[in-house]
Amino acid sequence: MVNRVEALKESLVAICGEGVGELVIERGDLVVTVQPAALAAVLKSCKESPQLAFEMLVDITAVDWLDAREKRFEVVYQLLSLTKTQRLTIKVPLGEDRPEVVTATALWRGANFLEREVWDMFGIRFEGHPDLRRILMYEEFVGHPLRKDYPVQGKQPRVQLRSPELENTARKMQRGDLVTIRAKKGEATADKRQGA
Amino acid sequence: MTGENTKKLLEIDVGVGGITTQARPRELGDDLHSETMIVNLGPAHPATHGTIRIVAELSGEKIVDADVDVGYLHRGFEKMCETVDYNQVMPYTDRLNYVSPIINNFGWCLTIEKLLEIEAPKRAQYIRVILSEISRVCDHLTCLGASAMELGAFTVMLYMMEAREYLWDLLEEVTGARLTVSFGRVGGIKDDLTTGFAEKMKAAFKGVRDHLVNCDRLLTRNRIFIERMCDVAVLTSDEAISYSLTGPMLRGSGVSYDIRKTFPYSSYDEFDFEVPVGSKGDNYDRFLVRFYEMEQSLRICEQAIARLPDGPIIVADPHIALMPKDEVYRSIDGMINHFELVMYGVKPPVGSVYQAIEGGNGELGFYVVSDGSGKPYRAHVRAPSFIHMGSMRKMLLGANISDLIPTFGMINMIGGECDR
Repeated sequence: MVNRVEALKESLVAICGEGVGELVIERGDLVVTVQPAALAAVLKSCKESPQLAFEMLVDITAVDWLDAREKRFEVVYQLLSLTKTQRLTIKVPLGEDRPEVVTATALWRGANFLEREVWDMFGIRFEGHPDLRRILMYEEFVGHPLRKDYPVQGKQPRVQLRSPELENTARKMQRGDLVTIRAKKGEATADKRQGA
Repeated sequence: MTGENTKKLLEIDVGVGGITTQARPRELGDDLHSETMIVNLGPAHPATHGTIRIVAELSGEKIVDADVDVGYLHRGFEKMCETVDYNQVMPYTDRLNYVSPIINNFGWCLTIEKLLEIEAPKRAQYIRVILSEISRVCDHLTCLGASAMELGAFTVMLYMMEAREYLWDLLEEVTGARLTVSFGRVGGIKDDLTTGFAEKMKAAFKGVRDHLVNCDRLLTRNRIFIERMCDVAVLTSDEAISYSLTGPMLRGSGVSYDIRKTFPYSSYDEFDFEVPVGSKGDNYDRFLVRFYEMEQSLRICEQAIARLPDGPIIVADPHIALMPKDEVYRSIDGMINHFELVMYGVKPPVGSVYQAIEGGNGELGFYVVSDGSGKPYRAHVRAPSFIHMGSMRKMLLGANISDLIPTFGMINMIGGECDR
């Protein structure tokens, strides 16, 4: 097992070259640190090179180190090679001033939801993501709840009651220009309620 | 009819139950054929057993666009984990996938054990396997039973619920609870199996197998069922991999990836079982994969109970597991260790690990960062339901509105796991 991880380490250095930073074997898993500028190239070669063949993106998450580290955020990718049955962890340190990495949606479609979650929870932007909306929280939520400076029992401002008749998520997403808000709609409903 | 009149007609709302339908003209004066209709399904709809909203844009009966809106059951699992110690997370994990809570317990335990670089005793591993596999059968029974009911096969649902009841009785016998079991402990399990468990298991499995034969007869070659399930929501193996699908969803698409085989944990490599794999990647394949997996799970349980080794059920390290009460009351060391463990919890060394296990729905992974204190610095769940919902839009595009429910049923989204 250890030999296989060592072999993976060597082929990773050979294929990705200078893109990979520090490589450590932590509890039997290979963990590699990659700078944000090199991330796109490293992910691409991880997926496409036949020696590495990481076909599946298993998970994307992030860690907020707040003041404990110089670079506040760390985005963590878990890759899996089904043909070689190996796992790889990629960590990308990010400064607080520009929490932004390149999207992986072009390589793996599963990255869509995972990146939306990281954006929602940590406020880390994914450059080039086609649809970077909040996913678990609602649109009006203030702040990013999994950041360490967000209080555990944080209070949120009240939001306006949304009328499902005036809102249409699917259209907003795809064809924003076609949304039509019908002003008389609300009046008609009010009349009906009075009648009842 | 003039354009203005058409518009007025189409603005009439037809609200039926949880579904609001609205017809809107794309452009004024367009003829009827070019219109699409928005159907808003959920978040409180009886057929979406779980709080989720799907906004589907229909052209006739075809779904031309869909937006999947998750997050209605978000309770801040990950944030809460950062405030409690490692063993106190156990009740929270029960509430992830609440159909098979024991699997989540053991997934969390395995992650912390990897962080501590220890291994649970052999007997504990075997008992974990038995209870996990029973839970997996419960999970599949719930998924298939509910889906079958939505397609009209109510008898199947009742048979499956009864079969699940036999298994829940077994779990209750060991853990004392039916749903929120909190049975895992870092380094082992809470209790040993009860006396006479093997016989009870044998009797329960006989009941389950009888019911499964009945369900097989009612469902697998049922024409209505086949026509609703076959060739619906097809995903090729490449697409399934690209969408990060795991578990029955991935295996239904023909990729033989089961963590119990590929990265064996808890002595799974010592058991003989097969991994059913689909060929087409449609809903029917997903159904069959789940159906055949249940038999394999029962087989694993029988092997494990036959070869159950003797020995302790939790590691003997006083910094990880509570010592016997005898030692706590009669020695000062024992009492100090007990106090330390209760007050400050297990303290794993600094580091981060990712550990995945085969949950009912797929790869259930935990990513835990330790800063050396008694509480996890960061705990993340890789929830299969959440990731599977990411492929929902792709599966729905081009399908009929009637295909939405079986597709959703075969994803088997569990709200607690998806939204965390």
